[in-house]
Amino acid sequence: MNRATLDLWVGIFVAIGLGALLFLALKVGNLSSSNVGETYPLKAEFGNIGGLKIRAAVKSAGVVVGRVSDIKLDPEKYVAVVTMQVDKRYAFSRDTIATINTSGLLGEQYIGFEVGGDSDNLKNGDSIKKTQSAVVLEKLISQFMYSKASEDGSGSKK
Amino acid sequence: MFQLLSGLGSRVTGRIWRLGFASRFLFATLLNSGMALRRFNLTIREIYFSGFLSLIIILVSGLFVGMVLGLQGYDTLQRYGSSEALGVLVALSLVRELGPVVAALLFASRAGSAITAEIGLMKATEQLSAMEMMAVDPIARVIAPRFWAGVVSMPLLAALFSAMGVFGGYLVGVVLIGVDEGSFWSQMQASVDFKEDIVNGVIKSFVFGIIISWIAVFEGYDSEPTAEGVSSATTRTVVTSSLAILAADFILTALMFRGS
Repeated sequence: MNRATLDLWVGIFVAIGLGALLFLALKVGNLSSSNVGETYPLKAEFGNIGGLKIRAAVKSAGVVVGRVSDIKLDPEKYVAVVTMQVDKRYAFSRDTIATINTSGLLGEQYIGFEVGGDSDNLKNGDSIKKTQSAVVLEKLISQFMYSKASEDGSGSKK
Repeated sequence: MFQLLSGLGSRVTGRIWRLGFASRFLFATLLNSGMALRRFNLTIREIYFSGFLSLIIILVSGLFVGMVLGLQGYDTLQRYGSSEALGVLVALSLVRELGPVVAALLFASRAGSAITAEIGLMKATEQLSAMEMMAVDPIARVIAPRFWAGVVSMPLLAALFSAMGVFGGYLVGVVLIGVDEGSFWSQMQASVDFKEDIVNGVIKSFVFGIIISWIAVFEGYDSEPTAEGVSSATTRTVVTSSLAILAADFILTALMFRGS
């Protein structure tokens, strides 16, 4: 086989190989959507983060506005300090409430922002004062069981 | 008893000696690869033989692996009422594991064995010695282009395998079974991360490419110059590179996906 045809076939091979990579990056992966330009960090302290993980979504009104970038334990107050990278296009008022929610009954956990009415906005590196920890299902169930049991106990005494 | 021990010892030292020789050989190949890059048409020729001619087997097996993943995944996921997650399952398993690993195994048996047999036969028919007589370094002229061709081809083939597999999963899941097309793609895009999953998959296949090409050219170069020697070298290439791929895959996976 002469050199020109060889080059042609190898060119085709490399081209469709790179095409496959592009397909994986754009159609299968999230390169096209989630890498939204510039972000700014926000911090929030939670008493309990449940199963929140790094790279979990930060949503406001259900729209993804950022990602969790870091989770640490404050060694003095024993609370979890969550750092989030929030899209620069969105600003949130200073009295925004950050809650840890679960998508669906057993789905992934994410941070939800409920925006308040303050006219000042959170700035780069600010920390969110009002937070609401994750709901731990086991605690909820055990509370329910205890209250049920104590109700039954008091009922039988009478 | 003594014979058993000494036999064991000589086998171990033989292995270690070969490993050392192979490392030295890899180093010599890397040093002498200037010619493979300068006279790039040598490498292009080898990319044609090991990469382009492996296309059919890679594409067809990718398609079938994806289709099987689609069927099996749907069967399991629909029990939990989450058949929309089929796209995630197919894409993640292909991009992270099956794409690089299965493509590498196929590449080792399709192209690696051919490289070993070719170089072994060149050695058996004393073509390599003839080159040395003409003051042409066989490592630069024969070994390095084949090595680099394998290294270049492997990531491309793995990406093609994954892409074809995703397409196969789409065919079975969406077209045949009727999973919702929108959630198939959107859930896939939501959970497949470019850096975490796709780039790591490409890094894996790149490492596998180095491993396969290294083992293939070394076994060929080191084979005994007889018909029997070439045949056993070819077998060793496939066995050793398959084992090395799976072991390297475990190590790379442990390094990359520590489940943050």
